[in-house]
Amino acid sequence: MFFASRTFCCRGIRTCQLRTDLLSRSIKHSASATMAFRHKNTRRIEGLDSNVWVEFTKVAADPSIVNLGQGLPDISPPSYVKEELAKAAAVDRLNQYTRGFGHPSLVKALSQVYERVCGRKIDPLTDILVTVGAYGSLFSTIQALIQEGDEVIIIEPFYDCYEPMVKMAGAKPVFIPLRCKNSGNSASSADWVLDPAELASKFNSKTKAIILNTPHNPIGKVFTQEELRVIADLCIKHDTLCISDEVYEWLVYKGNKHIKIATLPGMWERTVTIGSAGKTYSVTGWKLGWSIGPENLIKHLQVVHQNTLYTCPTPLQEALAQAFWIDYKRMDDPDCYFYSLSRELESKRDRMAQLLKEAGLKPVVPDGGYFMIVDVSKLNVDLSGVDEKQPYDYKFVKWMIASKKLSAIPLSAFCGPETKKQFEKYIRFCFIKKDSTLDAAEGILKNWNKQ
Amino acid sequence: FLSLPLQAKMSRPVQARRLDGIDKNIWVEFVKLATTYSKVNLGQGFPDFPAPAFLQEALRGALGGENHMLHQYTRAFGHPPLVKVLAQFFEKLLGRELDPMTNVMVTVGAYQALFCCFQAFVDEGDEVIIIEPFFDCYEPMVKMAGGTPVFVPMRPKAPKDGKLMSSADWQLDPAELASKFSAKTKAIVLNSPNNPLGKVFSRGELELIAELCVKHDVLCISDEVYEWLVYDGRQHIRIASLPGMWDRTVIIGSAGKTFSATGWKVGWTVGPDRLLQHLRTVHQNSVYHCATIAQEAVAQGFQRELMLFGKPDSYFVQLPRELQQKRDLLVQSLVAVGMKPIIPEGTYFLVADISEFKSDVPDVPNSDEPYDYRFAKWMIKNKGLAAIPLSAFYSEAHKGSYTNFIRFCFAKEEATLKAANDILQKWKQEKTS
Repeated sequence: MFFASRTFCCRGIRTCQLRTDLLSRSIKHSASATMAFRHKNTRRIEGLDSNVWVEFTKVAADPSIVNLGQGLPDISPPSYVKEELAKAAAVDRLNQYTRGFGHPSLVKALSQVYERVCGRKIDPLTDILVTVGAYGSLFSTIQALIQEGDEVIIIEPFYDCYEPMVKMAGAKPVFIPLRCKNSGNSASSADWVLDPAELASKFNSKTKAIILNTPHNPIGKVFTQEELRVIADLCIKHDTLCISDEVYEWLVYKGNKHIKIATLPGMWERTVTIGSAGKTYSVTGWKLGWSIGPENLIKHLQVVHQNTLYTCPTPLQEALAQAFWIDYKRMDDPDCYFYSLSRELESKRDRMAQLLKEAGLKPVVPDGGYFMIVDVSKLNVDLSGVDEKQPYDYKFVKWMIASKKLSAIPLSAFCGPETKKQFEKYIRFCFIKKDSTLDAAEGILKNWNKQ
Repeated sequence: FLSLPLQAKMSRPVQARRLDGIDKNIWVEFVKLATTYSKVNLGQGFPDFPAPAFLQEALRGALGGENHMLHQYTRAFGHPPLVKVLAQFFEKLLGRELDPMTNVMVTVGAYQALFCCFQAFVDEGDEVIIIEPFFDCYEPMVKMAGGTPVFVPMRPKAPKDGKLMSSADWQLDPAELASKFSAKTKAIVLNSPNNPLGKVFSRGELELIAELCVKHDVLCISDEVYEWLVYDGRQHIRIASLPGMWDRTVIIGSAGKTFSATGWKVGWTVGPDRLLQHLRTVHQNSVYHCATIAQEAVAQGFQRELMLFGKPDSYFVQLPRELQQKRDLLVQSLVAVGMKPIIPEGTYFLVADISEFKSDVPDVPNSDEPYDYRFAKWMIKNKGLAAIPLSAFYSEAHKGSYTNFIRFCFAKEEATLKAANDILQKWKQEKTS
């Protein structure tokens, strides 16, 4: 321990050593450093330490495992996106701080793209905040607008971070499940719907916000105009905010249209819409996202941002801005990446569905997003012998990783406590994968019963 | 017709209470002013010289390589190559074994590391000691966590006759510091080398703080982002290496300051697992991952520095040498015109007494703005030279303490420092004529 002090103590060595001796003696006499240690975590993070990803990304990290679990592409981002980053990083001033709430060229590009999509004026400086991924937007929104005493409605199954973020803000999550129309016999994400009366019953005077995710992770549901209207009506009636997670907004398949709830009457002023560069451009590792909404809401997100991380990386924002300009200019063109990626993924979706059917399973074919859920109970894998208190799907996925070398994510990770039982026979596959990965998955699924 | 509960709801503010009193931010205002008016920007702390070539090369290499998975999520608590090399580096510096998985966590700049610390450890009612002057975000972050900031000032001692004041002359009063520790004290924030003064806390000063931390069982959040920027042969001493301190200290560092690339926003925390586990909980519930490719390039930067550690080619040897020269240039310019610099022992900031120039900006009695704010704004608008008022680094209650000082950043190209010199010279001439 004194190695360090001897090395650095160059002047006045005797006084240094004397002081250090005095200090260590005083420590021996006072309560020892470890005994008196009272420092545990704050209340706000009590019970929020476990995380499905930390658990499952570790398990699936083995390269021999075909990884259809965590939602990250193994396809390459478009080459112009990578090129723009190389160009940006070569400009000296782009390696230094930029504007805290969002790099000027990026917020400008975002305002142009979304003005076109939403059909309304969006001020790049006051109506937009750039964050560290959509995750950062969710956090900023919840920290800005949600506090102790509030209730927040979360639709199940849900992207797992919503619940701990609401709890960390001191608020109470109120769950409402999507239910299968055809009494459990689901072939499409459209089969999963909210019961309007049940939804209405969840709203009360404490309801500060509802979190909407469309296209939906994990089911892949694309909420229809009518379904959004039902939610909007309740928001307006109860003066509730809407946090709209639309990270998969471009990934909608034939016959479906992504509708922004913020464009419905009465909704712009009460909605924060969240987007993601990671999902838009297949660059999850860039961790850039954005919140778009009225100034009177966004300004509070900006306050959170300036007190949490202040600014996002400059070269990545510049590169993203340039990529957006390239695609903005061709938004009338089918080659625009927003549409071409969707087409590419639709064929992967169809292939994935086919593979699962051939293995004797009934996948829920998603209308959007890049995930597909499937009920595995038909496979009748007996895991009662597995001595773990975890839900069936957790045990199934771990068994599948170990014995079939294929990974997925258990659905109950996306459910509140009351609904876990309802979904514990489902697992989620990610299909934004290159052909060779899907080929490998095919090999495993075809041979499922032979092993 | 609105129900009573609904009326009550609609009349409440939409934002959460945790934002009370933390909405103002000096940078938003001063960055805007600098962008609009300044010809020479010595305000906000970032280099105007390029990041080192080897770092840019590392990024280029990562981009040009076969591995496109560098554009996808990496490990949430830190990209493995980066946490590994940070662990190796800090093992050397601290003289103890470190586990890259549990003793290191990567964050979005040191700023987010600070945020994680306050959120992880400061509950409503906890007190956090902040030494003034301080990097401005500590106060609102403590407040946002529901904590109570307790301020203790450094006070300047008069320098020896004929000498310029040094940042070493600004010191804590030991009795005063001790009086700030109470049963409610959760943590003390230490920033050494200190922004804005440039003070490098001595071993004796750190031992004083350490004794109090141990005696009162208080955590130490040690912001060491300028750890490599120390001058005149001074040594940066890490408080975590003092007896009794490793177990209660979180060390915070910054690639932005270490590698002159503030726009990359890569920072880290180093500390014992039983503290870092809680930082991980905050991190996984707030941003979760940091950008992969930036971490990859920073890892390569550190690998290079590990090989060159202590050698003349090391960036950590060259950068402080270059910055010391720039410091001395700025000192000369200021002395020549009658501004009195406080010579910083570290960082790339320098605080100067502008009393000689006060006649240009008349005092406005009962103004709600401290004098140095008005002076700095006037200087940006009328002289095109941007600096930051020292009051920005004081709590609301103490903003009136020192109103004749402004902070300059000297991490600038020689041309910039020359241009600053020209502005100052011209200004001086205008005053004397």
